[in-house]
Amino acid sequence: MAEWICRTLRDGGLEGEHAPALTINDTITCPLGSFVFDHFLSQLSSFIFCQKSQSNGIVLVALSRSPLYYEQLLKSKGFDLVTSSTWFKILDCYTDPLGWRSKLVESGSIRNLSSGSSLAVNICKNVKDLDELLSSILELGRELSGGGKGRFTVAIDSVSALLRHTSVSSVASLVSNLRSHDQVSSLFWLLHLDMHETRGTAALEYMSSMKATIEPMVQSVDGPRGNSENLSLMEQNLRRGKFCVRVKRRNGRVRMMFEEFYVEKSGIKFTPLSSENEMTAQSLVPKVQFNLELSEKERNDRAKVVLPFEHQGNGKTIQIYDGRKSLNDGKAETQPTSVQKVDSNRGEIIYFRDSDDEMPDSDEDPDDDLDI
Amino acid sequence: MANALPSTLLDEALDGKGAAVFSTSPAADGRMILVEDCVETSGAFVVHHLLKRCLSPHSSDVVVFLSFAHPFSHYDRVLRKMGCNLSVQRDNKRLMFLDMLMVERLGRDRGKTSEDVFIALYGEIQKAVEVCLSHEVGQPITVIIDDVSLMEVDANGSSNLVLDFLHYCYSLAAQFGCSLITLNHDDVYSNEDRPGLLLQLEYLADVVIKVEPLATGLATDVHGQLTVSNKGIHDGSGKSRNKVHNFHFRIKDSSVEYFYPGSKT
Repeated sequence: MAEWICRTLRDGGLEGEHAPALTINDTITCPLGSFVFDHFLSQLSSFIFCQKSQSNGIVLVALSRSPLYYEQLLKSKGFDLVTSSTWFKILDCYTDPLGWRSKLVESGSIRNLSSGSSLAVNICKNVKDLDELLSSILELGRELSGGGKGRFTVAIDSVSALLRHTSVSSVASLVSNLRSHDQVSSLFWLLHLDMHETRGTAALEYMSSMKATIEPMVQSVDGPRGNSENLSLMEQNLRRGKFCVRVKRRNGRVRMMFEEFYVEKSGIKFTPLSSENEMTAQSLVPKVQFNLELSEKERNDRAKVVLPFEHQGNGKTIQIYDGRKSLNDGKAETQPTSVQKVDSNRGEIIYFRDSDDEMPDSDEDPDDDLDI
Repeated sequence: MANALPSTLLDEALDGKGAAVFSTSPAADGRMILVEDCVETSGAFVVHHLLKRCLSPHSSDVVVFLSFAHPFSHYDRVLRKMGCNLSVQRDNKRLMFLDMLMVERLGRDRGKTSEDVFIALYGEIQKAVEVCLSHEVGQPITVIIDDVSLMEVDANGSSNLVLDFLHYCYSLAAQFGCSLITLNHDDVYSNEDRPGLLLQLEYLADVVIKVEPLATGLATDVHGQLTVSNKGIHDGSGKSRNKVHNFHFRIKDSSVEYFYPGSKT
């Protein structure tokens, strides 16, 4: 399903339609959104590098991580950094987002700034001016497409940083301008859900055709911290998560899909959702020294046991022990032995009366011998 | 190293087992550490511990200390008890102490806006970093801020300005490999539905150290618990570090004892 999203972003939009847009949402309980963002970025990069995609290049707006980080990401995925400038451009809003550094350089108190990256980087010195930002993004995109009609992909990491500097409406207008621009093939961005008001996140969701939310696999129960169960949940949430995707089709139909992913050293891996209940059950069973669970074999064996009343009606004499009349005792004792060993695979319960002097339910008062 | 610092549970939680033997800086490779405390249990001892570790003879770190909470003499006294002389370190240029309590600091008295003050402050940090990097090679630099909530007070309550400032400090990590250690209070934001500053810091931090009282209440020999969530996952050495540790501590006169729950009789 993550693959399906990659393909959708790769194929881009039709002529005269909005570009497909993906919002990646995460929260602090499972803060893995940046890994997912990196995954899509590198997947799209390889599509673009092999020229399998509608777009000719990526313009990355880096707000929350440094250009150097992305350089290393590309390097680790095996891309050649020297030639990458033909299809990968970074708009650096990380190094000097508010122009403090250039102000200090001008006054002579610090030396010149460099982002330390060897990638093609353009520095944006005022992220509060989103019109300026839009035109720099489009300009970088035009450079990628060589002035022709070529299209490009826009990635924003992260919109949360933009929302901190400006208002919802100006961010919304930036995104919608990008989406409707006919040279933008697709776009995706990262958003930390819990940092913003609902109206901001909803506005951005309206403008995206796909929304991927990262949720913790198991919602932690509100309990005291330091509880060992909660600790392991917290640890799990730093390594894996549930990938919930909501897709809006052109006709308005909405589809929900779920997948699971875990973080590895080389990136993230998506797997189909394993049975969720099982996961929950496993994590809820306290860690004890004895075994509370049954293995598959034990479960099968248990299913094979014929309960005492189950053989009735299959040709044998029906025996109902009503507790009052003892059936002819000898028979009751011998009959089970004749039935046994019919099938060694089947379990069976054999019942022997304790002894003959155990008379069932006589009228005698059992407490007769007590001297009350 | 025969006379290496004894490794505590806190060091192990920060670097993984055995790493403290080499006694590298606590926030190696440009990490950001966030210490969160609350009224009942102060997290100051964690900051002292990290400061001492940075300045230990086994590391070559340079510390830029931004104090909004206490004057220099306070830290000097505390650290001297722990066996670390801050005045000497300051003379050795291993410690640069910026006392933000002084009114005339950065021209605050001359009617500058708080943004100008913070820009100037950042300029001073970057200048210090540049100076450090120019004369000796490979000296890691750690910026320690004590504490963020008082910095917010200094910024006239504008958490956005604080975040901008922290962003700039954090961006030094990408450029010069600096690390950042900040202390913040958890409960001063408990009234807000959306504690933006704290959340943002948690998103930014690679390691979050929470200092809390015991869930079961007061105890004489356990002073509280530490929860260290370490999410620095992509590090070169190949260690998987996203781990959550939890242990108890007891603050003694000159040191702090760390132990796992129930392991102390």
